[in-house]
Amino acid sequence: MTAMPTRLRRSSRDRVLVTPEGIALPVTVASRGARAGALMLDLVFIFLLILGSTMALFSIAGGASAFMREVESDTAAGHVLQFIFIVWIVILFLFRNAYFLFFELGPRGATPGKRLAGIRIAARDGGRLSAEMVIARNLLRDVELFLPLVFLASAGVESGAAWLAATGWFLIFMLFPMFNRDGLRAGDIIAGSWVLERPRQKLEAAMSVARGAQTAVAAPHRKYHFDDAELAVYGEYELQALERVLRGKRDQSIESVYQTIAAKIGRNDGWNDERRFLEAYYTQLRARLEAGMRMGRRKADKFSDEG
Amino acid sequence: MTATLDAIESAALRSDRFRLEREADWKRLEAIVTRMEKGRIRGISDEDLPALPGLYRTVASSLSIARETSLDAATLAYLEALVQRAWFVVYGPRTSLWEWFRGFLGGGWSAAVRAIWVDILIAFAVMVAGTAVGWLLVSHDPEWYFALVPKQFGDARVPGASAEALKATIFGNSGQNGMSVFAAQLFSNNAQVSILAFALGFAFGVPSLLLLVHNMAVLGAMLWLYNGAGLTTDFAGWIAVHGTTEIFAILLAGAAGLHIGRSLAFPGRRPVLQATAQAGRRAALVMAGVVLMLVVAALLEGFARQLVDETAGRFAIGGSMLLIWLGYFFAFRGNDGHAASRDTPR
Repeated sequence: MTAMPTRLRRSSRDRVLVTPEGIALPVTVASRGARAGALMLDLVFIFLLILGSTMALFSIAGGASAFMREVESDTAAGHVLQFIFIVWIVILFLFRNAYFLFFELGPRGATPGKRLAGIRIAARDGGRLSAEMVIARNLLRDVELFLPLVFLASAGVESGAAWLAATGWFLIFMLFPMFNRDGLRAGDIIAGSWVLERPRQKLEAAMSVARGAQTAVAAPHRKYHFDDAELAVYGEYELQALERVLRGKRDQSIESVYQTIAAKIGRNDGWNDERRFLEAYYTQLRARLEAGMRMGRRKADKFSDEG
Repeated sequence: MTATLDAIESAALRSDRFRLEREADWKRLEAIVTRMEKGRIRGISDEDLPALPGLYRTVASSLSIARETSLDAATLAYLEALVQRAWFVVYGPRTSLWEWFRGFLGGGWSAAVRAIWVDILIAFAVMVAGTAVGWLLVSHDPEWYFALVPKQFGDARVPGASAEALKATIFGNSGQNGMSVFAAQLFSNNAQVSILAFALGFAFGVPSLLLLVHNMAVLGAMLWLYNGAGLTTDFAGWIAVHGTTEIFAILLAGAAGLHIGRSLAFPGRRPVLQATAQAGRRAALVMAGVVLMLVVAALLEGFARQLVDETAGRFAIGGSMLLIWLGYFFAFRGNDGHAASRDTPR
């Protein structure tokens, strides 16, 4: 993610979620690619877990060939093997059905695959993500994913109709998120959940304070003052564009932005001191616009009137 | 601290002073949230964990104020992301699995079952019809038997089999070994069938009903077979041991699927998505119970049926199981499911 502020990064996946406190929060719906990637990762993890536990149980049982013979016999060893076999059946059932449940019910609301992809599930109405939601969305995963896959594998290519049916079934559910705005899969609709991007945003130093203090120490001799007419030229949009330029480290863009602003307001006293000139302009423009905000006046950009 | 105070004093803008005065709270919330996101709840100090909801509200109100008074895009973006992260934590799944399970058994489950009684009635009618269809089809043309009942190698249960051969399939298996493995397999299998019956409700409930018809038609066909050999009562007892639990569970699964399908097709006055989500959560509760019932059914089928080798005893077990389930679902009121969401005080 870039350092660009959220409000300037509007994409088609941005939504507004209202928390129970009534705060409107901008959220970003997870991209379909991230979700597909997360699912692949989780399937690999499940496969590895099943493989690992199967091998562990087999090594306890002492090899596959001896295994089936012993299960049939009525010896003590047979009973132990029976028990191991039961454990195996239960483990398979749990890995298939409880893997997603376990992780999504945890405090992080995400499976390991989702965490690696930087996404998580949440309640669509802004309320609490409840256990029932997680259960509902994961029960449906069985019908969306595992059943058609098993059906596909058992149908084989030779039975054309069954293969077609299974493929169609699989595709309908896999493509389901493509056909609604929020990328909901069938399980999300049943549960009232959706998958969101996990936000990451560091708090950057306050523009007008940290640098202002520095400037005061380094070069106390130059002060810029802009009068009201010079500040009235620009609005909030330009202010935030200027903030981005100042936070960026590129001197070239500072130079060109200085040229633009200086030409617009008809001043040229910031020559060779462009950054400080712009910082002063930024601080005073923001002070002016924020004062206006308190009075209920907002100026969105340079084209709009204050009103 | 003095550095912060100096900074607050030297801050030219009112919005920057606002930010500097509250930054400590924001950072504290961020530290707690970061640790919880990493799954280290135990690493959080005793003062911090109870402070989380309060800090969340403080920072959320900071965001509201900042939106009205500040044009510092970086601060706004940071606050929005922080409030969202804290919201995930504060409104994430909070009940432990155990606590949820207690509320579930203590009334949440039976309340959910009662809530879908209409669907249960429909599913029940469909199952009775399915049994009749199976019987009628097979009595009309025994070839249907092979279409309905999955073929198993060396299975004695085929049309034309002698009464002795059929009797042998329902009595005298008490010495059989490997029953526990059989029970585990049955459970895994039946659980998958009922999850299917539930999940297919998504297609307006129609496939759920078809699945119920198919499953019960198999039963009807077998009933016809044993009836022909004069073993109706014995067969019914053989089925009843686990059947009252298992068929009940499949009935509930089909009803849960139907419940979702109905709310999709007829959402009433609510928006479709909201109606479906409500139905889905209710149905999910029912389904969690269905899996539990299937564990009981598999144990009964794997053990009780083999150990009790006579019809009267089998009826006694199956009948009392049925009474227990009916009593729990329709007579037991419990806490009406409020324990399942105890974290929201009444």
